[in-house]
Amino acid sequence: MKVLYFAWLRERVGTGEEDVSPPAGVTTVAALVDWLCTRSAGHARAFEQRDVIRAAVNQDFADPDSPVKPGDEVAFFPPVTGG
Amino acid sequence: MIRVQAGDFDIGAEIAALTKGKTHIGGVVSFTGLVRDFAGDAAVSTMTLEHYPGMTERMLADIEAEANRRWPLDASLIVHRHGPLRPGDNIVLVITASAHRQAAFEAAEFLVDWLKTKAPFWKREAGPDGDRWVDPKDVDDVAAARWHK
Repeated sequence: MKVLYFAWLRERVGTGEEDVSPPAGVTTVAALVDWLCTRSAGHARAFEQRDVIRAAVNQDFADPDSPVKPGDEVAFFPPVTGG
Repeated sequence: MIRVQAGDFDIGAEIAALTKGKTHIGGVVSFTGLVRDFAGDAAVSTMTLEHYPGMTERMLADIEAEANRRWPLDASLIVHRHGPLRPGDNIVLVITASAHRQAAFEAAEFLVDWLKTKAPFWKREAGPDGDRWVDPKDVDDVAAARWHK
């Protein structure tokens, strides 16, 4: 599974992209966040304000309950500020 | 059409290329977003736009397609820049063209409102007081919410 981080999430995690292999029980975006938080202090800090973080699965906006599976591209980022 | 690019754009040239040969167009509306030299009380010397390559293009294409479903447009264009920009630089260009002006005006406003809340870009401002990620504005969510119907 490829995980991408943007903006201040990228800075806190310390990388913009990582390949991860979460345990089989990790089947939703929320569960993936829980597991990612155990990987490092930077990850835990990146996801501190979990309610403001947005997610996308395979480049579509996703909810905490959205399913994730091996091979997916999952991205985490703050609210967008383009335009 | 949509484009995501680091380089600048020429508004006149973009309008000319978009409308060339389409003589049923009666009105063209363009919106250009620029980098301001201030944010609240702070001076801004550089604004850097980060984006999500791949998803950005998909979202802009989706937003443009939605505008074309809602209004009878003869042509439309979204160009959004990324990378480091300076005050006065162009950030984003939206052009809409239709037989009549109302559709072009409304569709342009819709596109700008939606890309501010749905396109995966993040702005970082730098100035004499340091760097900071730009927070989303509630007013942008309110503007975008007008179009939910």
